[in-house]
Amino acid sequence: MAEVILQSVGKVYPGGVRAVQGVDLHVRHGEFIVLVGPSGCGKSTTLRMVAGLEEISEGRITIGGRVVNDIAPSDRDIAMVFQNYALYPHMTVGRNMSFGLERRRRHGSLLRALLSPAYAAERRAETARIQERVDGAADLLGLQPLLHRMPRELSGGQRQRVAVGRAIVRDPAVFLFDEPLSNLDAKLRGEMRTELRILHRRLGATMMYVTHDQEEAMGLADRIVVMKDGIVQQVGSPTELYERPVNRFVAGFIGTPTMNIVEGDVERDGGVLALRWAGGRITLPAGIAVTGTRASIGIRPDTLAPVADGPFRGTVQSIEFLGDRADVLVASSGVRLNARLPTERARGLREGDTIALGMPGVAHVFDGDGRRAG
Amino acid sequence: MTSPRPWLQGALLAAGSVVFLFPLWWMVVVSLETPERAGAAMTGSDGIALWPRDPQWGNYAEALAEMGSEPWVGFINALANSIVVTTLVVVGTVLSSSLVGFAFARLRWRGSGVLFTVMLATMMLPGQVTLIPLFLLFRGLGWIDTILPLAVPAFFGNAFFIFMYRQFILQVPESLVEAAKVDGHGWLGIWWTVILPLCRPVTAICAVFTFIGTWNDFMGPLVYLHAEEQSTLAVALNSFRNQYGGLDDVHLLMAASLVTMLPCIILFIAAQRQFVEGLARGAVKG
Repeated sequence: MAEVILQSVGKVYPGGVRAVQGVDLHVRHGEFIVLVGPSGCGKSTTLRMVAGLEEISEGRITIGGRVVNDIAPSDRDIAMVFQNYALYPHMTVGRNMSFGLERRRRHGSLLRALLSPAYAAERRAETARIQERVDGAADLLGLQPLLHRMPRELSGGQRQRVAVGRAIVRDPAVFLFDEPLSNLDAKLRGEMRTELRILHRRLGATMMYVTHDQEEAMGLADRIVVMKDGIVQQVGSPTELYERPVNRFVAGFIGTPTMNIVEGDVERDGGVLALRWAGGRITLPAGIAVTGTRASIGIRPDTLAPVADGPFRGTVQSIEFLGDRADVLVASSGVRLNARLPTERARGLREGDTIALGMPGVAHVFDGDGRRAG
Repeated sequence: MTSPRPWLQGALLAAGSVVFLFPLWWMVVVSLETPERAGAAMTGSDGIALWPRDPQWGNYAEALAEMGSEPWVGFINALANSIVVTTLVVVGTVLSSSLVGFAFARLRWRGSGVLFTVMLATMMLPGQVTLIPLFLLFRGLGWIDTILPLAVPAFFGNAFFIFMYRQFILQVPESLVEAAKVDGHGWLGIWWTVILPLCRPVTAICAVFTFIGTWNDFMGPLVYLHAEEQSTLAVALNSFRNQYGGLDDVHLLMAASLVTMLPCIILFIAAQRQFVEGLARGAVKG
């Protein structure tokens, strides 16, 4: 277990393309931190810099109190699980898992073992220790029956488990996961997510995890790092990010379905601020300071409900039933809003109906630059 | 497009294989004939024999014993020389070509593209063009009458096989290389433990082609090795032909030729699956 500290870390590729800039991050002992963001946001590059697979152009990375900028991946005390599993196709599952340890053997020479009985005894003990660790990890992940199989004989889920097992065997200070579940189908992904969460609790290890799936991030993380264009937008717990996104990007990225954004002009009437858009006007909560003339409000779809005098009057464009809930898309003048309603409230609605939507209050207000106001 | 009927395919393939196998079979038949019948088979005066009338198995022992100036010694020497040279060349070509192919596929360095093009360009040079400069070079190094001129160049790669390895290695996922790095391997370790085992289909092609090419190489040993005891089988067979090439001894020539060919045939049969797999998986395609 160890802390991982990133200080002003940046990555500039030859040709001047800046993939990551100014990343400051403190991953605590035993924390499960998830880096999330759209494609090309720099999350994988950041993880690969921690792993040592990508050179660090700027800043400093510390793992377990040791600056690792110039240290080889194998000496950073990390283990990595790759998106496509990266199992060695020509080795059995057992050998895949022990491969990293075999490399680190102190008594690996067969020749010396033949010449010296003492060395041979050490070698045997070392082999037994490696086998013990492989068996331990295999038991933990239910891989015992697969140890003699080749990777090509395994299903996607089993391969993923082997990849995780290979990481566990090494007993690293930090586990790094690079989109490890994206090649699995939805059902298996859900199962593996739960397994990873349980595994994290059992091992108590520091884990850094990259995904583009915010739901996966919300489900797994102690804290989430949201990135965009190589810059960290916000770091916080899933609830923090969901309830108090620092900007419109985070607000839109976190949460399913996506947050509705209504943009308009700011009206100042004495001390009271209001937002006016083509289809209406809404008073902003007191104590919110907005500079400039433009602003936007963010409304979570599950906070919207049909209200007779709601501020958003429009036509129902589509209704998607999801079991106990239904997603209703309403086109109001100038905006399209997605409302997630309990099924019984959506049952009477038909596409083409006119409906007015309202919410208990305005939770999220963003200024003209998209920054959170208040 | 519908595929032709299976029986038609079979018939065509059988007909084709007869065309290719007949000369080999004819060699076997002639090698087992008596001197008179073998001579008659050569001139066609007795028709084409498809089966030896009275197999003379002793022809083989006689032919091999007659190779060189001392009974058996010439053959055993030539066989040993061929085995040593071929083994060194095959091992050298596989190791060096895969290593260089790996470097071209995975390492990024300034000028690698230009170097790769230059390397490919060397394939355009016919062997005859470089024969004299190479001879002068090896003579300068004092390597004439040693196997060094035959074996050492193999350890510096072969442009065609480097190209094949590079193309194949480009298809190996980058994450495998990265996983090996995290597991503690340097570039050489990755090449040896991960890349080389994965390149088995290319290695089969490289080994088989190199083996056949070296085993049958006549020019190299003829130019660089002059003493009889240094001859390889190809050169020894040529001396044998000069000595026993007449119609009276053609059965011995065929027997000696067949024995010389045998390792190539066995190797091809043994490596056939890997070999075809390599070709089918596009190991030689760009």
